[in-house]
Formats: sequence, C-alpha cells, structure tokens
Amino acid sequence: MRRQVLPGFGLSFGYALTYLGLIVLLPLAALAWKATGIGVHGLIQLLSGPRTLAALRLSLFGALLAASINAVVGLLIGWVLVRYRFPGRRLFDALVDLPFALPTAVAGIALTTLYAPNGWLGRWLEPLGIKVAYTPVGVLVAMVFVGFPFVVRTLQPVLASLERDVEEAAESLGARRYQTFFRVILPMLAPTLLTGFALALARAVGEYGSVIFIAGNIPMHSEIAPLLIVQKLEQFDYAGAAALGVAMLLLSFMLLVLVALLQRWSNRWAERSL
Amino acid sequence: MRSRSASWPRRIGHVALILLALAFLVAFLVAPLATVFVEAFRDGVTPYLAAIRQPEARSAIRLTLLVAVIAVPLNVIFGVAAAWAMTRFEFRGKTLLGALIDLPFSVSPVISGLVYVLLFGAQGWFGPWLDAHGVKVIYAVPGLVLATIFITLPFVARELIPLMESQGSEEEEAARVLGASGWQMFFRVTLPNIRWALLYGVLLCNARAMGEFGAVSVVSGHIRGLTTTMPLEVEMRYNEYDYVGAFAVASLLALLALLTLAVKTLLEWRYGDEIAAHAPGGH
Repeated sequence: MRRQVLPGFGLSFGYALTYLGLIVLLPLAALAWKATGIGVHGLIQLLSGPRTLAALRLSLFGALLAASINAVVGLLIGWVLVRYRFPGRRLFDALVDLPFALPTAVAGIALTTLYAPNGWLGRWLEPLGIKVAYTPVGVLVAMVFVGFPFVVRTLQPVLASLERDVEEAAESLGARRYQTFFRVILPMLAPTLLTGFALALARAVGEYGSVIFIAGNIPMHSEIAPLLIVQKLEQFDYAGAAALGVAMLLLSFMLLVLVALLQRWSNRWAERSL
Repeated sequence: MRSRSASWPRRIGHVALILLALAFLVAFLVAPLATVFVEAFRDGVTPYLAAIRQPEARSAIRLTLLVAVIAVPLNVIFGVAAAWAMTRFEFRGKTLLGALIDLPFSVSPVISGLVYVLLFGAQGWFGPWLDAHGVKVIYAVPGLVLATIFITLPFVARELIPLMESQGSEEEEAARVLGASGWQMFFRVTLPNIRWALLYGVLLCNARAMGEFGAVSVVSGHIRGLTTTMPLEVEMRYNEYDYVGAFAVASLLALLALLTLAVKTLLEWRYGDEIAAHAPGGH
C-alpha cells in the first residue's frame, strides 16, 4: 500500500466523524425520537388536518412547479451565457450566484416590495389581474428565485463541453434547428438538467426565509409547511413540530429518490439517441 | 464564432434568446437588488445612517460577526480534516460519510433549527439538565452558533474534496519520503496547494453564516439586543413597518453579498485551475 506513507488517518477521520456525530447525527436522532412521541394516532390526526395538508401540498407542488420553471429558465440562461457573446455577459454570469449569496430574509422583503400591488413590477401585473404578493404565486416567485442558479451552474460546464460537430452533423443531414435541439441537444443534457432540477427542488421544498414575507401566510391558501413547524414550536408543541419535520424530511427524500430514478432513465435516453 | 457566421434569421433568433434571458435576470436579480438600496435611501441619507447606527442595529452587527467568527473556523477545521480523510485514504463507508457531509444542504433551515430546540430546549433531551446548571443554549448565543454551524457545515469540505481528489497525493508522499513530519507536510505542501480553494470555501461559508435566517430564527427567540442577528433584525423591523430601517440593515447584508460575489468571481478568474471544477454553491 502506497498510501500508508501519509499520516493522520486516525486524527482526521476520528475528528470528522465525531464532529458530524455531534452536529448532525445526534440532533437528527433527537428529531426522530421526539416525533415518535405523538404516536401513530396523533401522527394521522396531525397529517390529515386540513391546514397541514394544505401547507404540505403548497410546499410540494409549489416546489415541483418552481423546479420545472427553473429547468426551462436555467437552460435558457445557461445556453445564452455559454453560447453567445454580448456586452455585460460576464457581469450577468457573476450575478447568477446572487440568490446563493443574498440572505434569504433580504431577498424575501425585496421580492415582496417589488411584487406588492404598488411595487415596481406588481403595479404592471395588477391591471392584468395577476396578484403575486400574498398569494401562492408569490410563493412560486420566491421558490424560482432561490432555485434557478442551481440549474444554470450545473448545466454550464456540460453546455461548454457539448461537441458542436454532433449538432453540425445533425444539421448537415437536414435536421431543422428545433429537431436538432429536441432530438440531439436535449437528450444529451437531460441527466444534468435533472440534477439541477433535483437541487432546485430540494431547496424549494424546505425554503423559508425568502418565502414567508411574500407569501402573506394565509392559512389554507399561502401557508408553507416549514412555517407550520415554526408555529408548532411557538405553541411549545415539540412533538407536533418534530413529526412535521420528519414528514418533510421523508417527503424530500422520496422526491430525490424519484429524481434519481428519472435520471437513470434519462441516461438511457441519452445513450440511445447518440 | 458561430454567431458571426450565422445567417440573418438565426442571428435574430440569438438576439431574441439573449433578450429573453436578460429580461429574466433583470426582473429576478437586478430589480430585487436595486429595490433594497432604493428603499433603504427612500427618505435620504440621514434616516439611513440613523437606522444603521441604532443600538439594536449595532448589537445585531456585533452578534452576526461573533456567530460567524466562531462557526466558520470550526467548519474550516472540520472541512480540512474530512477532506484529508476522504481523499487520502480508502475505508469502508466512504460514500456514506460523503452523503452525511452533504446532508445539511438537503434539510430545511427550519428543521436545522428545530433539531437543536429538541436537544437543548426546555422540553429537549438535555434541556432540564442545562437548566439546572444555569446554561442557556436555546434563545441564547450558543444556539445561534450551533444552528449556523449545522447550516454551513458542508461548504469547506465540499470545495476541498474534489480538488484534493484531482491533485492526488504524490507531492505529499514525496515530502514524507524526504523526511518531513506530518505537520510539516501539511503546512508546507498540502495547505499551499489548497489555499485558494480553501479561501473560496471560507467565502461561501461566511456569506451563508452571516446571512442565515430560517435556522437561527427558530433558536433565537428574537430578544432585541441579545439574540437578534442582522437577518433577524431585518425581519423584526419589517414586521414593525419600519421599512427604511429594515432595508437599511438589509442593504448592509446586500453589500456583503455583492462583495462575496466580487471576490468569488475574482478567485474564479485568477485561480480557476487551483479551485477546480466545483459543484454549484449549495444554499
């Protein structure tokens, strides 16, 4: 074994494992343990409550819709930034990371002000009958904001490495531009696009800071699941909060497994189309 | 360049795509950013300065710095140790360890705070014991630090692991064979090789640590002057309809975000190879 020359396995591995155990595993164990405190009956009662169901539904379907929008918008932005040259390209490229760097509370109040009925964007949407702030649409806007950089950043390296000769071959064989896109480019990008989709989805399901301001948090209408956890805690209902937390973790876990399955399927699609 | 040789209808198509992408970026990035500063200075410079000089704002700034100064170095030490173990040795359960490191990124910030309330809160596992010994974790600074550590745990490790994997261990092995001690090897070979990636990870970790909202909101208890970090101060002022005050503090956080982006972009341009291909920055 070559690697035995290097020292520090015991120290680095032991330290990392202890740190993870104390910071991540022990607290998560407490979560699972507390969640069992409400019992099966309590869990069913909690999860079947109309307000809980409405909140979980908004977090789940809002995140799915936002991640889908992000896949399209992210592909467009990634494509434009990689393929075309225009003034300000590098500035916009750097700005794409803003949702990662801007604290969510700041994004939340800025988006709310922007989309309020008298805001810069809200005042143009209001006459069209589109209400964004304090509605589920607002939740969606915040989820799109926090999610699209994931798609752009996962796609960019792959877009840059796409071999043009495949596209050119398709075109020289008489394929139209949209045919090249849907039959050649999209299948090659699909696995990466799904990775970005999954990252945006995982982020949006649990998102809190940027959503709660613009959502208005109207029960049964624009209330997200993480907010319900906060409310349970404020009523000192620890077991209920823990149970909701576990339910949300299971939900995001199932979503990620689903995306992984989709990814396997799209890998085969990519291989077939080459 | 393809766009130069392209035909006219295709070039119009390119321009349309560029305009569409820019319209989205302006509406979703430039406009919110501009809103922060316009709202902060809505009543002029004097109210702005007054808003960020209030004692609550000052203590929020101090607390935010304090939390970051504790959380970031701890996660740097963890990140280096984890990356060293993950990239220089083979062991069973490596994939599992990698998944554990990434775990905080896929947990809702609210849950990241909740788990510590369940551990250290009044009805938590260690709550009664802590209470009997007069130690406050929840609704106090230690809780804020713990929640922040949890949220920002993956940043440094995630930046270092792919880089150290691709660099390999030949230089370190050579140093050892030539007689360097373990720490000499680390400080003279490993650390110089990873310094820019480390700085990059610290930058992202720090931005998140100072800006975290959901997790700290759950453990903070919102006690003005004692447990409100800057993002929490923004929330409280906003909910009290003190919009200029909220956006004034928010503008400081936005400046921090812009500074982070600027340094990050600079690092990518100058030391792109030494930072290596990195996954998107997480949340």
